[in-house]
Amino acid sequence: MSITVNGLSHTYHPGTPLETLALDDVSLECGRGEWLSVVGHTGSGKSTLAQHLNGILFPERGTVSVDGMEVREKSPRLRDVRRAVGLVFQYPEQQLFAENVLEEISFAPRNWGIPEERIAALASSALSLTGLDETYFPRSPFHLSGGEKRKVAIASVLSGEPSYLVLDEPTAGLDSWSRRELVSLLVRLKGEGLGIVLVTHDLDIALQHSDSILMLDRGRCVIMDTPGKVMEHLHEHPAPGLHLPEIAALSASLRNADPCAPLTWDWKELKRWVVKRALAAHPHLPGGDS
Amino acid sequence: MKTDSKTVCELRDVTYVYPGEASGRVPGGTPGRVPGGTSGSGGISGQTIPEASETVRPGTRPALSGVTLRVREGEWLALLGSNGSGKSTLAKHLNALLTPTQGDCTVFGLPTNDPLNVFAIRSAVSMVFQNPENQIVGTVVEEDAAFGPENQGIPTEEIGRRVENALRAAGLLAKRKKPTYTLSGGEKQRLAVAGALAMDTPCLVLDEPTAMLDPQGRRELLDVLRSLHEGGKTIVSITHRLEEILHCDRAVVLVEGRIAWEGSIPGLFTHSDSFRKWGLDAPPLVSLWKELRTETNLPMPEVPTLSGMTDSLCRLL
Amino acid sequence: MKFLNHLTFGQYVPADSLVHRLDPRCKILAVLVVLTGIFLARHILVFAAWGGLLFSLAMLSHLPFRLVLRSAKPVLILVFFTAFIHVFFTDGTPLLEIGFITITREGVSGAVYMGLRLLFLVLFASFLTLTTKPMELADGLERLFSPFARFGFPAHELAMMMTIALRFIPTLLDETDRIMKAQLARGAAFDRGNLWKRLKAFLPVLIPLFVIVFQRAEDLATAMEARCYRGGEGRTRMHPLVWRTGDTLGALFVLAVVAGLIAGDRSFLS
Repeated sequence: MSITVNGLSHTYHPGTPLETLALDDVSLECGRGEWLSVVGHTGSGKSTLAQHLNGILFPERGTVSVDGMEVREKSPRLRDVRRAVGLVFQYPEQQLFAENVLEEISFAPRNWGIPEERIAALASSALSLTGLDETYFPRSPFHLSGGEKRKVAIASVLSGEPSYLVLDEPTAGLDSWSRRELVSLLVRLKGEGLGIVLVTHDLDIALQHSDSILMLDRGRCVIMDTPGKVMEHLHEHPAPGLHLPEIAALSASLRNADPCAPLTWDWKELKRWVVKRALAAHPHLPGGDS
Repeated sequence: MKTDSKTVCELRDVTYVYPGEASGRVPGGTPGRVPGGTSGSGGISGQTIPEASETVRPGTRPALSGVTLRVREGEWLALLGSNGSGKSTLAKHLNALLTPTQGDCTVFGLPTNDPLNVFAIRSAVSMVFQNPENQIVGTVVEEDAAFGPENQGIPTEEIGRRVENALRAAGLLAKRKKPTYTLSGGEKQRLAVAGALAMDTPCLVLDEPTAMLDPQGRRELLDVLRSLHEGGKTIVSITHRLEEILHCDRAVVLVEGRIAWEGSIPGLFTHSDSFRKWGLDAPPLVSLWKELRTETNLPMPEVPTLSGMTDSLCRLL
Repeated sequence: MKFLNHLTFGQYVPADSLVHRLDPRCKILAVLVVLTGIFLARHILVFAAWGGLLFSLAMLSHLPFRLVLRSAKPVLILVFFTAFIHVFFTDGTPLLEIGFITITREGVSGAVYMGLRLLFLVLFASFLTLTTKPMELADGLERLFSPFARFGFPAHELAMMMTIALRFIPTLLDETDRIMKAQLARGAAFDRGNLWKRLKAFLPVLIPLFVIVFQRAEDLATAMEARCYRGGEGRTRMHPLVWRTGDTLGALFVLAVVAGLIAGDRSFLS
């Protein structure tokens, strides 16, 4: 049970002067309860890839399948695919349209043919997953704050009971708290068995939480591996347009100076090593005394 | 920084209440009566000034309360605060998009609440907004950069010269003939900066300009701002990202419409314990810097920049 | 939908030709004169001459004739409809009688001439948009109508509205595309059911678009104010339109040709 992509290629506007190869022979796999992050510079094809995973776009070459169902334009199971893979676009609050939050969140389950009796309960649990409660149901989605709107938008995808959740830059425009809240939501969802595919610029989140990271460069897969391995790769082959988060960059510089330094994105781990190393090198520098 | 440097913008005891949040109760007195004691409101004539506390609806508070601030020529001022702290409201006072409900605000000595001054004020203070898309007017890059000078009535040849210099400073000269919709978010923000530069304003105010940008775009914009600052531009940056204020001269922290703290950047970082209370978030590098500083005797840079930390730590090894 | 952006809305096709370099005001006025001439044409030879003029214009503008003809596609339905009305509903000398429907000679000739007039109208007008940048077109219209501003005609405001609309059309198309995809991902069915159902399915696309557009209008107005915008008063231009001798010559040439064709039309028929 997984999303499997094999040799996926996609060209925009084939046969016209604007022809662009967006994806070139990309493969990946993400199972239920796993977290795959897709990273790369702007224009590397991340969003294009995301839209293939639930049948918004279709492969020019290669295959995409979800839980064994192949994703093709004329496939009779296309709706099942779209229901199984929830897709949250960038700035999802732009898709809000309903009179009240309950209607907004009920949109997807209604479209998927879920019986009306179950919808209210689904809506309630989807909304509470994002940290909001039923008091929001009668409110107009347009009168909420930016952060609340985004939560409602995400809940309106979760209410369809997807098995996988693909998110395209879900932290765009958010401040640090909202970003942290969103990340904990994803961690929770993963814990409940959802497969998470996160398309992001934020290498920090990708390194800290993913099971594996797929790095794209101009439509091609550069590496797909665990966060540790990807970080080592980035240390040896800096990628244009993709910046290491600050702690990672600092540890990479330290590794250049001292091969024993850890390659890490965790500032506490880096601190422990620095303190230990510094004390070893300069024992007369006490820790804490002036 | 010279304490006798020219004042670009000044707010004195400014309180601002958004119109929708006023109780609607008309303060006693007929229009045309200037209340006796408030002489500081020079420039307002024929208008009664309501007491902020009387006109705010119960449950809401003024967006700004008793804010006094001076922006000095040539400085890069960081205006920090969480959402709802009033920083955008404050920014909009600097170019007369908003005028104080109480107190007064001047730009180069001109009161902002006199409509006759607005043109001069906006020719002195220009603004870049958060949403890159919704501030670009022109269909082509150089046309948009020319929008400001055209409104100012600058002669044709001069506009051409200004636009070229502005686009060069923003790193967009090569794209001058491109349609604006082909630009990335970061490029659009740099175009907005170019448009402001073309107006030849001594002061540039940026309201959360990087909020909607990707890391690449953020970097490019900050590089442009740094070179402008080196060239003597007065810059006011409104942001909640501490990584972006590291090269500023001074920081002001707003909490619930009031100034909670102001001072130098190194000074700000010595107060990192208050960040939580102020609604600011410390990125991991700052946390590392702080703990290494307080818990060990390792020499740390004054301000937690990546390059500063890298140098300090590498020297240690 | 993205490709629509790149077809450069307004169909402007860049090239370096005499016609491209003409002042837009000259071209606008020329189109008006030409349109008058076309509607006064009655003789088939004159129509042929108009066709010839169209062809030579295409050569002068370095545009493939096929491309010019393609701009008439949207109006073909109207042309056929008009021709249809003329053929079946004009009185005169009968040519053919089928039951109670009479096709007259005047009907046929009326259909042909009216059809040709409409076609030529669209084709000549499309030269304007094919050879003039949208921004220049807006400038040209603004300059032409500005004398009427003193009588309250909002020449500048209309031109500004046109420019801003043009600026945001590609953006709006992108946003429409994105919202449609987002709603598709939530199970919206644009492709199923009867017409009414399909229209209803578009509400979740239209409403968010409206919200975006209204927010944009507010943000943009604030940004424009911050950049000292105060209407057309006192505004200068970076690239002001300059009327050159070439424009005068072009205008006189067009006047001469059209006058000649009208005169020729008169003489052929008398």
